[in-house]
Amino acid sequence: MTTVEILRYTQETGDFSRMLESIPYARWIGIECDRFGDDLIFRLPAREQNLGNPVLPAIHGGVIGGFMELSAAIYLMMSQDVLRMPRIVDFSLDYLRAGLNRETFAECRLTRQGNRVANVMISAWQKSRSQPIATARAHFLLDD
Amino acid sequence: MTDAIRRDRVSRFIATLNQARELGLTVEEAAEGTLTLCLPYSEQIIGDPETGVIHGGAITTLMDTTSGCVIICALDDFELCPTLDLRVDYMRPAEPNKPVYARAETYRVTRNIIFTRCEAYQEEGETIANCVATFMRIGKEALPKSYRDSITGGEA
Repeated sequence: MTTVEILRYTQETGDFSRMLESIPYARWIGIECDRFGDDLIFRLPAREQNLGNPVLPAIHGGVIGGFMELSAAIYLMMSQDVLRMPRIVDFSLDYLRAGLNRETFAECRLTRQGNRVANVMISAWQKSRSQPIATARAHFLLDD
Repeated sequence: MTDAIRRDRVSRFIATLNQARELGLTVEEAAEGTLTLCLPYSEQIIGDPETGVIHGGAITTLMDTTSGCVIICALDDFELCPTLDLRVDYMRPAEPNKPVYARAETYRVTRNIIFTRCEAYQEEGETIANCVATFMRIGKEALPKSYRDSITGGEA
């Protein structure tokens, strides 16, 4: 399957396995995604290799960032008919709580879409959505 | 403190971070208030299979680790400082099959907050990404002494 075919298949079926299987970094951190109606919830199962701070232990901040960044890119591809991986321009991340060694979730919101650039907000949480462990916003270039 | 001690401390600290070890991060250079780490190219961290370009998340992890570890090169005592925020600007995609380096510096150290900036680049010198970050000082007592000693080797 080509990238475009995989994307069409994912959009039609809501089955993200083929898309995530095709992106090595997605497999590397172990990201998963589920569709509920039009909403997407991204999930990062607990995994030893993703840890940073060994004392708590806590997920490496960079992995939390990568998880949120990849969530935003997939969200854009799914919601905006972008038929290729959008290119990230910048990424601004606030760490609010330690990400403990347990399942982490993320959801995205399109704040503004122009012709060439999209602004996406991302929120990540563990125990409760009302207590995010990190929030971020990113700009993506939709075509170049 | 000598640069050799700084380098040893950073190497030992990185070895305790699972994700940094999995990515194969290594210390290139350590001096007072500056640090350079290297991220080797690997097919496992590709973000765009069509081009072989590594994912921004791996660059973010490289820069977060370098920015966090440069603190070890700026303070006499080992303190673990949680990241408050991180802002990354991506200048251009990293060229496949080549390592990416990140050089960070602490440009302001206060009692509570440490400010860092970091540049990711490849061999030919073109900037891949720039990053500024802030870290909170929670004091060295926040970590068990045994862990601190395992990083400092008991020196200082």
